[in-house]
Amino acid sequence: MLCGLYANDVIDSHNLPTAAVCVHQLHSSPGFTDSCYDGLYPGHIQTTPIQKALLAVGSGVAALQNPYRHDMVAVLGETTGHLALINLRDRMKNDPEGYTILTERPRIRLSTLDLSRMASLPDGSFGREYLRFLEDNHVTPDSRADVKFVDNEELAYVMQRYREVHDLLHTLLGMPTNMLGEVAVKWFEAAQTGLPMCALGAVLGPLRLNSSRLQSLFTSLGPWALQNGRRSRCILSIFYERRWEQNLEDLRQELNIEPPPVILSAANKRST
Amino acid sequence: MAASMRLLVRRVLRLSHRNINVAAAGGSGRSGCCSGSSSCRCFSDATGDRSTHFGFETVPETEKAKRVYKVFENVAQKYDVMNDAMSLGIHRVWKDMLLHAMHPQPGVRLLDVAGGTGDIAFRFLEYVQSQQERQKRRAARSTQTPSWQDISTNYSTEDKDGPQESKAVVCDINKEMLKVGKQKADSMGVSAGLSWVVGDAEELPFDDDQFDIYTIAFGIRNVTHIDQALQEALRVLKPGGRFMCLEFSKVTNPVLARLYDTYSFQMIPVLGEVIAGDWKSYQYLVESIRKFPDQEEFKGMIEDAGFYCVHYHNLTGGVVALHSGFKL
Repeated sequence: MLCGLYANDVIDSHNLPTAAVCVHQLHSSPGFTDSCYDGLYPGHIQTTPIQKALLAVGSGVAALQNPYRHDMVAVLGETTGHLALINLRDRMKNDPEGYTILTERPRIRLSTLDLSRMASLPDGSFGREYLRFLEDNHVTPDSRADVKFVDNEELAYVMQRYREVHDLLHTLLGMPTNMLGEVAVKWFEAAQTGLPMCALGAVLGPLRLNSSRLQSLFTSLGPWALQNGRRSRCILSIFYERRWEQNLEDLRQELNIEPPPVILSAANKRST
Repeated sequence: MAASMRLLVRRVLRLSHRNINVAAAGGSGRSGCCSGSSSCRCFSDATGDRSTHFGFETVPETEKAKRVYKVFENVAQKYDVMNDAMSLGIHRVWKDMLLHAMHPQPGVRLLDVAGGTGDIAFRFLEYVQSQQERQKRRAARSTQTPSWQDISTNYSTEDKDGPQESKAVVCDINKEMLKVGKQKADSMGVSAGLSWVVGDAEELPFDDDQFDIYTIAFGIRNVTHIDQALQEALRVLKPGGRFMCLEFSKVTNPVLARLYDTYSFQMIPVLGEVIAGDWKSYQYLVESIRKFPDQEEFKGMIEDAGFYCVHYHNLTGGVVALHSGFKL
């Protein structure tokens, strides 16, 4: 107890626990601090509708000015995606595997992945191809921002799952992380999820492509991505963590995704 | 007199209990966190670990300094941009008004505590330089026909800063903020008469009676024990030295107060998130403004520390107050 720590004291009968006390004055302030999280989930920040609107506008402008601000893209998604998240959550609930995900709440992180086992899987298996994707494109699943501004704990998990599944989607669709690949994945996601942030990215992304890539996008990649986004099974409802051994082609067929019409290599990463 | 007795007792106690975390003796009447603010949650008087406010949260006193350090470490890079965005550039006017009230003459030594990115120090050096030039011009006007001797001595002393060199010392507890300040100085090409020192406002690394002017701009509300900071200010000032403090304060007009509150709590954390990627730090900053004592109370604290002729002046309707006192 505290008594041992201080020289000559008696802790009197205030209810001060040893950890930091989070006592809040009820004020006009909507914010909470994080020493013992007070929102609905760790990292949750309560916001008023005005603040959400301001955040949506501000993050949109910031993301447009500097597309490398992934945190702004994330905030834009969270503040504008309420209806789409409800829709996604309901679709997951109606799917048996999706329902399992909602109850078990798996997270995709380096600490939860058994990389050595995945590396030993045969070529063509989902796990092996995912690992190859991570290595070729020099990305890691740990770089996803945590959800902050979604005011429902379940919807926050759906948002987080969407973020973490993004890399897996790259593998499923066979798209590298260069600009063209990212735009193609965004078109697929926009058609699949209906998140306004995806739609915005889908519309504005092509503005940064050169003409030959634009042509490729509009003639073959784009229509393929949109079609498959509409007809495929809900990609959030797949328990990827239990399907590493599955063959990638089989998984694509199960999800109703056609193989990509154009093979893009990760070597094209630098030149947009 | 009661006030001076209290001061003496407090100083003796402070000296003897300086390095003990918990003030076991109840003699030191008022501590920083219990400074008369009725809404302050200070749970213990003399025994037990003391708690203080961190924004609207209550934390142990020992925690507060660490958490404040973290806040400023996070925001240092974007500090100036955020200041401009949050105050719509008005913070520059406030700082200029501080300098005008200060009216420093060449040869004066300034200590800017919690000076971080150096705004006050840069303005000080500029002001003093323009004062010096003014004096030179006045001197030149008065000697209408200089002799050749005069002209040659003028040329030889032109490059030197002159016998009265003003020095500004920027002191801050946070190394990141000082780093940003130094970078600014380098890019502006200012280096003469400026030093950067890491130090704690509650325990300054300077001898007694060193400085002519002590300023602390928008920093004192982050100090855990404000009265200790005030006493240190008194110590390092020369007799006749001036204490000046620029700090957010209470807005008197109720309409303006409502607008200000709404703006603070709705807009500023959003700006923090969008520009600096840090909501929580700016939430802390707006909350800490609400926990700081108002103009009259702070004036009382300054007087208690031993300053004379303490006055305050409201800027922007009370959003900011400029307090000033003298060591005699």
